[in-house]
Amino acid sequence: MTLNDLTQIKDKEIASRKRIVLRCCMAAGCMSSGSKDVKDQLEKAVADGGLQNDVEVRCVGCLRLCCEGPLVAADPQIAMYIKVTPQNAPTIIAALKNGRNGALPCSVQDVARADANSPFFTKQVSIVLANSGVVNPEKIESYISADGYRALHEALHEMTPRDVVDAMVKSGLRGRGGAGYPTGLKWGTVAKSNGGKKFVICNADEGDPGAFMDRSVLESDPHAVLEGMAIAAYAVGADQGFIYVRAEYPLAIARLQTAIKQAKQLGLLGSGVFDSQFNFNIDIRIGAGAFVCGEETALMASVEGQRGTPRPRPPFPAEFGLWGRPTLINNVETFANVPAIYRNGAEWFAAIGSERSKGTKVFALAGKVKNTGLVEVPMGIPLRTIVEDMGGGAPNGGKIKAVQTGGPSGGCIPFEYLDTPVDYESLNKLGSIMGSGGMIVMDESTNMVEIARFFMEFCMDESCGKCIPCRAGTVQMHRLLDRIVHRKATARDLARLEELCDMVKHTSLCGLGQTAPNPVLSTLRFFRNEYEELLQPDPFGPRHNGEPTNAIPATG
Amino acid sequence: MLTVASETSRTASSRSRLSAVLQHASGDKRFKILEVHMKKFQFRHDALIEILHKAQELFGYLEDDLLLFIAYKLKLPTSRVYGVATFYHFFTLKPQGQHTCVVCMGTACFVKGSDKVMSAIEKELKIKSGETTADKKVSLLTARCIGACGLAPAVVYDGAVTPRASIDTAVEHIKKWMAS
Repeated sequence: MTLNDLTQIKDKEIASRKRIVLRCCMAAGCMSSGSKDVKDQLEKAVADGGLQNDVEVRCVGCLRLCCEGPLVAADPQIAMYIKVTPQNAPTIIAALKNGRNGALPCSVQDVARADANSPFFTKQVSIVLANSGVVNPEKIESYISADGYRALHEALHEMTPRDVVDAMVKSGLRGRGGAGYPTGLKWGTVAKSNGGKKFVICNADEGDPGAFMDRSVLESDPHAVLEGMAIAAYAVGADQGFIYVRAEYPLAIARLQTAIKQAKQLGLLGSGVFDSQFNFNIDIRIGAGAFVCGEETALMASVEGQRGTPRPRPPFPAEFGLWGRPTLINNVETFANVPAIYRNGAEWFAAIGSERSKGTKVFALAGKVKNTGLVEVPMGIPLRTIVEDMGGGAPNGGKIKAVQTGGPSGGCIPFEYLDTPVDYESLNKLGSIMGSGGMIVMDESTNMVEIARFFMEFCMDESCGKCIPCRAGTVQMHRLLDRIVHRKATARDLARLEELCDMVKHTSLCGLGQTAPNPVLSTLRFFRNEYEELLQPDPFGPRHNGEPTNAIPATG
Repeated sequence: MLTVASETSRTASSRSRLSAVLQHASGDKRFKILEVHMKKFQFRHDALIEILHKAQELFGYLEDDLLLFIAYKLKLPTSRVYGVATFYHFFTLKPQGQHTCVVCMGTACFVKGSDKVMSAIEKELKIKSGETTADKKVSLLTARCIGACGLAPAVVYDGAVTPRASIDTAVEHIKKWMAS
């Protein structure tokens, strides 16, 4: 494979393009609403109408507005049809035949349309999702036609590994898994580690409930992740990669397997990539339903086929990782950013976003909000823009009460703070975290204490049991929260809960335990009154030693 | 002397247990398929989770004999295989019902009332989450998040994700299963 071959594939793919393209969303969300039938019927209607030479029905990844699925987008009119049923297919094709100059009219009878000018679409800035909903994720030629694998070629032939790391540092990309560690710094550390064999791992164990960005990226644009991993491997000097995916995402696993096979066939993975000295293989490892495996040391134990329990750090994986070798672990979205950075230059990337958080972030918008789906926005955008403008606010005239970010490790941001810019530091200041990108909107009907209990139950179930603060602490905190919800607790229980939160936070072994109290602490900070309303009067008074304070009646 | 004797008897009993397992395996084609799968991974220890996935896919659940078979073939201690099988939620050591109903309990689904859907199904089936009905017809499970948050609340009936579940539609679906 040479650059020439790559260009040829691209040209051939573009030349074979038809005048009109109907892009059918085939991501897991729309598929569960029956988009497979819609696509089949559209293909049948095209064949019946004798339009095979004019119309292409293309399977694409996520078209973002998940709540209105199945979605079909039409080019070149850029119309998006929503809630399409298989019965609509003949109508759409008939409209196309009867339309002026054979073009598809924007409105088709009986088929609803999404407003392409609504803020949900116009406020998005696409880097990670640029190919999502455009290329066919099951066809490598489709990705190559969007300049895919060009960045890898450039890195291999025009840059030294050192240059690649330096460019990454310059871009200012920070890890999208949640903590926001500078990616360039991590790459540099692994590159500097001595020790022959090194590994690259893609963390696709998206365990946060309420987050589905990584799933969408893997389903919509798997080759971008592979290309990103290959560039990273070249930079750090690794020759073996692993993608650790959740078993709950069968479609993502299938598409990754297809993508790896295709890339190997074209010589874009395997030995001698792009006729260079660089070898790189990627294997998929399927998780088995353990949230803690999102933690890097636990993930590595799981890749080795062991129980997924974390270990103390240091030594960090960058020095002592998989099988004791230096290992680079990055999240799916981080890798998906990589090809675009090298294609467009580090300066281009660094110009997007806020001062300390560069680029864009993909959020999975869900919960009590009108438009649910995927949004990619530049860093630093106010939370209000995402939730109110793009999300359309709470449905049925409700009022937004809070926005939860960061899953069970994050916190709830109340309505009053919606003007906070979305970047790592600002969210941290509010006691929440950026997290991997789940954004759940809550309205007035949501009870914050129950939410705290919900997350604590999650952490309790998912605690691996290795360290005591997390194993026993989460159980006790859950019990206390349960008592509060059932109106059986007193102020003393609340004080004990706060004390436990502090202890678990500071003494747990890994991120799961250290952040488990966050949902409680943040709801206590902003919605303390909701806890206090549920408290019962303490029969012994406020003192902690069980001694009634009013034992000696005050006498005049 | 005593320790040595008990040690010998334990080895003997585990050996006879193993020969029973291997005899069981020889009469079942699925064990052959599993062994071919292990060969594909060159019987590597780090492929244990992949092999357990395949085993569960073939057998529906991980019975004791199956775990002993895997341990023997991979040359791993049985404790290690059992430890991994019990650590991950995805693996089940009990047989499942004819149908499985998985209610997503992710945050988005929870905020949209999946807990109410869950308790309605629990009431209908008269079992708790994680259990199987006495007639082995339906297993009821919860998922931590299936990533269908845009379509919350989601329920998975026999592997098919159903978006926007309500108490009525869920109970109706369950009733259809019970009647069949």
